[in-house]
Amino acid sequence: MSAAAPAHGHDHSHDEHAHAHPTGLKRWLFTTNHKDIGTLYLWFSFVMFLTGGVMALLIRAELFQPGLQFVNPEFFNSLTTVHGLVMVFGAIMPAWVGFANWLIPMQIGAPDMAFPRMNNWSFWLVVPAAILLVASFFVPGGAAASGWTLYPPLIIQQGMSIDMTILAVHILGASSIMGSINIITTILNLRAPGMTLMKMPLFAWTWLITAYLLIAVMPVLAGAVTMLLTDRHFGTSFFNAAGGGDPTMFMHIFWFFGHPEVYIMILPAFGVVSAIIPAFARKPLFGYASMVYATASIAILSFIVWGHHMFTVGMPAAGNLFFMYATMLIAVPTGVKIFNWIATMWKGSMTFETPMLFSIGFLCLFTIGGFSGLVLAITPVDITLHNTYYVVAHFHYVLVSGALFAIFAGVYFWLPKWTGNMYHEGLGKLHFWLSVIGFNIAFFPQHFLGLAGMPRRIPDYALQFAEWNLWSSVGAFLFGFSQLVFLYVVIECIRSGRKCEDRPWEGADSLEWTHLPCPAPYHTFETVPEVK
Amino acid sequence: MGNAQPGGYYYAPPSHWPIVGSAALLLMAIGGVLLMNGYGSGWLPFGLGIAVLVYMLFGWFGAVIRESQGGLFNQQVDMSFRWSMGWFIFSEVMFFAAFFGALFYARVYSLPWLGDPENKLLWPEFQARWPSAGPYLPPQFSAMHAWGIPALNTFLLLTSGVTVTYAHWALRMGNRKGLVLGLLATVLLGFTFLGFQVYEYVHAYGDLNLKLTTGVFGSTFYMLTGFHGFHVTLGAIMLTVILFRSMAGHFTAEHHFAFEAVAWYWHFVDVVWLLLFVFVYWV
Amino acid sequence: MGLDMPRTFFRPAAAAAALGAGLAHAAYDVDILPPASPIAQQIYDLHWAILWVCVVIFVGVFGTMFYSVFKHRKSVGAKAAQFHENTTVELVWTVIPFVILIGMAYPATKTVLDMKNTSNPDITIKVTAYQWAWEYDYLQDGVKFASLLSTPRSQIEEWEKKGEKKNADYLLEVDRPMVVPVGKRVRLLVTANDVIHGWYVPQLGINQYGIPGFVKDTWFTADRPGVYRGQCSQICGKEHGYMPIVVVAKPPEEYAAWVKEQQAKAAASGAAPVQVATVTHAVAMPDDPNKKWTLEELRTAGAKLYQANCAPCHQPTGKGMPPAFPALDGSRVVNGPKAAQVALVLRGKQGTAMASFAQLSDSELAAVITYTRNAWGNKAGEVLPADVKSARQ
Ligand code: HEA
Ligand code: HEA
Ligand code: HEC
Ligand code: CUA
Ligand SMILES: [Cu+2]
Repeated sequence: MSAAAPAHGHDHSHDEHAHAHPTGLKRWLFTTNHKDIGTLYLWFSFVMFLTGGVMALLIRAELFQPGLQFVNPEFFNSLTTVHGLVMVFGAIMPAWVGFANWLIPMQIGAPDMAFPRMNNWSFWLVVPAAILLVASFFVPGGAAASGWTLYPPLIIQQGMSIDMTILAVHILGASSIMGSINIITTILNLRAPGMTLMKMPLFAWTWLITAYLLIAVMPVLAGAVTMLLTDRHFGTSFFNAAGGGDPTMFMHIFWFFGHPEVYIMILPAFGVVSAIIPAFARKPLFGYASMVYATASIAILSFIVWGHHMFTVGMPAAGNLFFMYATMLIAVPTGVKIFNWIATMWKGSMTFETPMLFSIGFLCLFTIGGFSGLVLAITPVDITLHNTYYVVAHFHYVLVSGALFAIFAGVYFWLPKWTGNMYHEGLGKLHFWLSVIGFNIAFFPQHFLGLAGMPRRIPDYALQFAEWNLWSSVGAFLFGFSQLVFLYVVIECIRSGRKCEDRPWEGADSLEWTHLPCPAPYHTFETVPEVK
Repeated sequence: MGNAQPGGYYYAPPSHWPIVGSAALLLMAIGGVLLMNGYGSGWLPFGLGIAVLVYMLFGWFGAVIRESQGGLFNQQVDMSFRWSMGWFIFSEVMFFAAFFGALFYARVYSLPWLGDPENKLLWPEFQARWPSAGPYLPPQFSAMHAWGIPALNTFLLLTSGVTVTYAHWALRMGNRKGLVLGLLATVLLGFTFLGFQVYEYVHAYGDLNLKLTTGVFGSTFYMLTGFHGFHVTLGAIMLTVILFRSMAGHFTAEHHFAFEAVAWYWHFVDVVWLLLFVFVYWV
Repeated sequence: MGLDMPRTFFRPAAAAAALGAGLAHAAYDVDILPPASPIAQQIYDLHWAILWVCVVIFVGVFGTMFYSVFKHRKSVGAKAAQFHENTTVELVWTVIPFVILIGMAYPATKTVLDMKNTSNPDITIKVTAYQWAWEYDYLQDGVKFASLLSTPRSQIEEWEKKGEKKNADYLLEVDRPMVVPVGKRVRLLVTANDVIHGWYVPQLGINQYGIPGFVKDTWFTADRPGVYRGQCSQICGKEHGYMPIVVVAKPPEEYAAWVKEQQAKAAASGAAPVQVATVTHAVAMPDDPNKKWTLEELRTAGAKLYQANCAPCHQPTGKGMPPAFPALDGSRVVNGPKAAQVALVLRGKQGTAMASFAQLSDSELAAVITYTRNAWGNKAGEVLPADVKSARQ
């Protein structure tokens, strides 16, 4: 996996265009074009979103009422685990890499990614990993049933699906690291002349920092799961007290990865929203520099807060306090971002097409998720909420109405650039309203369940939890099926032939809008663009 | 070549190597899972996967070397390579950090906890003392002495750091003989290091009763030194490739990124060893 | 700015929130359950204080945003201003949140220190989690028992047909609850035998992982008599949803009577008096597939595993508790061919309490089986890890 692998660059470029580009399947298997690879990532991510979503709906079906109606407890645990893994590693992260591929070269005036062949490999590694993950349902013993956090010793007891999960994580790690190296190098080295770092669109900035986080923590996760593997099969005792190890040690290593990981999923969302809000407010982004510094602060702080997932393991008071303070601090830079976005809207001249609606939805609902995060950060309060549905509510607010809504916003915003066609605005708005309503019905009541003490990862529950669970399931199905509207809008947009203008959004002013037509040509900047 | 090109960019042609590599990893993963769970038939996909991987590495690197020799890489590409190698090494640093973290955690937290008064309820006889194989039936074993082979190995690696720097200097001076000799010395030192490492493992298993399964001490000892040894092996192989390329007349005084990448990698492996020497063998 | 305002302030607020949601039915709970210990009370107050701060910020921030959304829209003819920077504002909205956070951290710190102070307990109870039961060991009083879910399966399983009518405390009821005296400092030493579990009773303000091989301590004082229910909070395998916790707090005199009764019961049943600080070996032994074992080594290792895994039923004496649990001392299975015993322990016996122990490693099973075959009056030779390995396939 040496980075010295792929390369490009040439003095006499024009004769190179004679390269016949393969068509059909081979085009997609062998492609080195950042737009093709971006498209692959985005479709892959959507398929995984439906896969993980179907698991979520099975979970919600079982939890519709007390008692065991559809699945047995072991399978339920597998559903929860694989739902978490598939959504995190299969849906959200690849979607962001897809955006990065499509947008970063265009936004910074680069011809393509720095390492096009390695780029292709990054994508074609996530597919085998996904196959391993999903196929683990069909091996003896069933899929991993330990929660996506893979805590030992429970994970040591389970069957061969765990090994498949571990190897899938290894492969995903390799893919993420290569993808991140590619993105960092592209940004640092392939910017058009005049495109200084502080002129880059914030999306490029947030990805630069995200890629840094990825390179820092994916190897740590790889190390953690390697230790699991050797504990399982080769007799080591990293996580076994009998041999002098400690299960808690796994938690520390896992969450050293895990917390930056959640920001990996949200920072690009900040970038997308920072592109969309100014475009629809027709006003420059407020506080560009402070946005950059806030993003960097969040990234740096993210390395020292992991202990907030472990307030109940019995750390010494000093540890609890340190992690509590550090976690609370993250509210400050995140707040700066929220305030900047609102200041951008202030005295603008706003219109509310679908991307803007999703961005506003993001703003309100992500903040609710952030506030519940802050409540959890207070150690004593976390004692009563840890591993309850309050936590489930918290992270779906930041992940679904945070990361996922930003993905939707971004897709609507850039669909014209990608396809050359305009999506159906009415249906887009319908998708938004159904999603917001369904989402809140599904997840707001989970706060109440958590406060009342309902643990997560259980297939059945006491009677006093029945009413809110019923609502939650109804909302989940509404939200889930609304996503079919989204699928329809995208396909309809591609097929409609409703050509859009080259600048469909009046206020959008980054390079991909100002220097390129819609759809963007297969090879973007054959000549170096002017950046003032 | 050399300067940033005016007016045009070059697009890498489509390539089948990545998908071949993915197929290889999938085969290896399937084979590995089967083998670890007692299905002997796993050797087939596993072996096949390794074969395909080796084929891919030869093919892919071969293509890159041809492009490099064909003068396709300008200054900007060279710079991209540098950035990427730097970040790649950073990712490796973090990988080792996980295992060092495990070592420190076990020594500083979990072992003392296991020996504290509360845990007397579970492990009445246990005394927390490093090196330890934990409270359950602790086997008799001894730790590796720092001032025998490990010290010698430290010396070997440090020397190899010097010789590779000498080779680099010679390359920049256009002294090809110095380049080849410097590299040769580095490769030889690297393989000698590995030989000693293997000897040391045999000694540990046979005489010291120190095994991978010797509790957390054995786990951290073998995983840290083992992954390091694996990296030395990779580095030595890469050095060998560079050596052959140097003998074949590749590289110029200005253009020799591949050489530098391998040298950086080698220095990284060196630094990791120093940390190992201090924290695994010595203190 | 201390946030520990009097609790009376929060109660009506909670009620208002419930009403605000338009839900009078009690099951639509929207609040933390009523606290029953000083720590739980602090948690309760902290939660509401912080929630209110968040609500106020939320209303302020999004009030501003929605004002803007309605006033500064193109359709009402708003023209876009072009300002995009203001260092003063940036500073203000960095510093104010920071100050607010300090205000929150201050009372929280006090509670953390209080929570972590486990000194001077009146009684100490060791809590050991098993897959899937809790064991309570009253260290000073020599009372020790296991506590299991008592909801019948017929109420739970509805795959084939509708379950029976569910009890009011469905899934939150146990055969033998933990009993504690009101007003006394109870220190818990929490550990686990197999995997991580979480001893979670919200009304007492406790959520503590039991970690195999480690003892972690925490404390509570029940400030009024009552029954407090909770559940295992950390996923621990297939029955994770079915290991509830019930704590009954009684006035000290009733508690003392309860202890007496338990001691008498234990004496009457002839069980060996439980010693203070019984050793349970809480974790898997390191598994070395290549190790050459001697019978003696296997036996020693197996003895500990037997105590941890088998003794609850077959008893430390190997005499079992017939007819429920057969004796292993002198058993025909134990003294018969080893393959049959390996198979039995590995797969368990359908429809009996004898579960599969396949989760133990090959070496562990070999050790514990060897122990049973060579303890008490048995002399049936050793079983090697390789025997178990081949039996698995
Ligand atoms: C995108 C993902 C994402 C994001 C962005 C966050 C953001 C935050 N998270 Fe979350 N979290 C998760 C994903 C995420 N989290 C996941 C997946 C889990 C569960 C994992 C598992 O166990 O499976 C989890 C769990 C989790 C826990 C552990 C709960 C438990 O298991 O007991 C905690 C505890 O501290 C926490 C805290 C926070 C905090 C303080 C933030 C902060 O970053 C939030 C900051 C934002 C705001 C505060 C709002 C905006 C700010 C203002 C408007 C300024 C003014 C505000 C004030 C002064 C209050 N999170
Ligand atoms: C990363 C992002 C992410 C996303 C997007 C989601 C999306 C959803 N999640 Fe997920 N969730 C997690 C991350 C995520 N989750 C994580 C990390 C966990 C923790 C796991 C653990 O405990 O280990 C978790 C756990 C979790 C739980 C707790 C389970 C438990 O503790 O036992 C629940 C329960 O309600 C839940 C529900 C949902 C629902 C209803 C959605 C909905 O948004 C899903 C929307 C539904 C669809 C998208 C379905 C669309 C499909 C169709 C309509 C059918 C069409 C069919 C075909 C075309 C074939 N999730
Ligand atoms: C939860 C209770 C329980 C536990 C724990 C338990 N057993 Fe059993 N065991 C039983 C019961 C009940 C039977 C009788 C099954 C039957 O009806 O044949 C039994 C039967 C046996 C028998 C057959 C005895 C005979 O003569 O028929 C053996 C051998 C045995 N168990 C070994 C073990 C070992 C070894 C362990 C620990 C690793 C263990 N058991 C743990 C409940 C238990
Ligand atoms: Cu025990 Cu969950
Ligand atoms: Cu976190």
